Amino acid sequence: MEQIITDICIIGAGPVGLFAVFEAGLLKMRCHLIDVLPQVGGQLSEIYPQKPIYDIPGYPVVNAQELVDNLMEQIAPFKPGFTLGERVDELQKLDDGSFFIRTSDGTEVRARAVAIAGGLGCFEPRKPLIDNLEKFEGRGVAYMVKNPELFRDKRIVISGGGDSALDWTIFLADVAKEVTLVHRGDTFRGAPDSAEKVFELAKLAKINLILQSQVTAIQGDERHLKEVIITNKDNERLIADADYFIPLFGLTPKLGPIAEWNLNIDRSAIEVNTFDYSTNVEGIYAIGDINTYPGKLKLILCGFHEAALMAQSAFKYVYPDQKLSFKYTTVYGVNAF
Amino acid sequence: MPFKMIKIIVEDRGGDVQELEIPEGINLNLMETLKAFEYDMRATCGGMALCADCHCKVVDGGDNLPGPEEAELITLDTRPDATATSRLACQLRVNENINGLRIKIMGYE
Repeated sequence: MEQIITDICIIGAGPVGLFAVFEAGLLKMRCHLIDVLPQVGGQLSEIYPQKPIYDIPGYPVVNAQELVDNLMEQIAPFKPGFTLGERVDELQKLDDGSFFIRTSDGTEVRARAVAIAGGLGCFEPRKPLIDNLEKFEGRGVAYMVKNPELFRDKRIVISGGGDSALDWTIFLADVAKEVTLVHRGDTFRGAPDSAEKVFELAKLAKINLILQSQVTAIQGDERHLKEVIITNKDNERLIADADYFIPLFGLTPKLGPIAEWNLNIDRSAIEVNTFDYSTNVEGIYAIGDINTYPGKLKLILCGFHEAALMAQSAFKYVYPDQKLSFKYTTVYGVNAF
Repeated sequence: MPFKMIKIIVEDRGGDVQELEIPEGINLNLMETLKAFEYDMRATCGGMALCADCHCKVVDGGDNLPGPEEAELITLDTRPDATATSRLACQLRVNENINGLRIKIMGYE
């Protein structure tokens, strides 16, 4: 895979990471964004796309997803690159002061500066508390369905009561040899159509539906998962043969590899200098919810401000020999790449 | 007139138990209140019943709590460790209804 070359690598494509492209673009710096989520927008798109936001200047109210869409339109002239659905695992400073970034999928980026706009960290699957769960990851335990073919003619146990548990149960019913859905409650509150379909599939014996129960243990040999133990509300246990166990309990943010990049961290946030939102490593900046400083407010508004000051400082790091003259967009407009 | 004090008992993730006295007029939800008392409370969604970071279990004294609304139940379903006594602290107002409540704060996971 060819290495991506850019001026600023922005880690995190939430609202602040996106706006950083604009501020960098005004200074003629190109950006590449990387986000672990498969779509841009960070928390806004992942957690509350349909919620109204009331404290964005100039918008008395804006829907979260609409704000993300508008930011994408605003930064389009600067042609940012995107690597989505991949987590940044490695961030190294090289001898020439530039940075090498590698993702979980092996994508490599060379950047002259780095802006971490990682919000609360990487969104990762929420894992149920089951002994041995991690031992069987990649050997029968999966937290998402990346390639449905993997499950063809296999026995699958899905656990969860949300939309994704319902959707994958319906989808895999046609692919797998046997699908068992285990849910703690006795009803589903997600999309009513999907819930109805799941009950219908159960009635037709196309899936096993086990309600008011939870997966409490898993077993297997050294190579692969073999059995899933399901316990109901009366504490009765049932052993189900299973090739795969897919717990689907949504995503939750974790700081993840950021903790290993030699940055000063205080309670899961990166300490920065409010002069330019630089970290203790020259050339690495942290903006938005991921940073901390005296008086920090976790507001999108504040992240936008931090992005603007970051870009000014990053320019001096990226182009030490060039003079930076501050220009207003009202005078000079937005000069696209 | 001084505010009436609401008393609740909170067990944190480490098992420490503390009684909190909260003025009734504080005008915060229980998640924000726990944060104000410096409990480790991440609250990713900020109180919209969307993230379940403020998942608590009602141990005792929950008889007067208003029942959960649909949004809270949907989010609780995403918690593998949720039970029939689970609530999201962000959906509980600090008022007379929670006086005498005993809760256990659950982990983020």
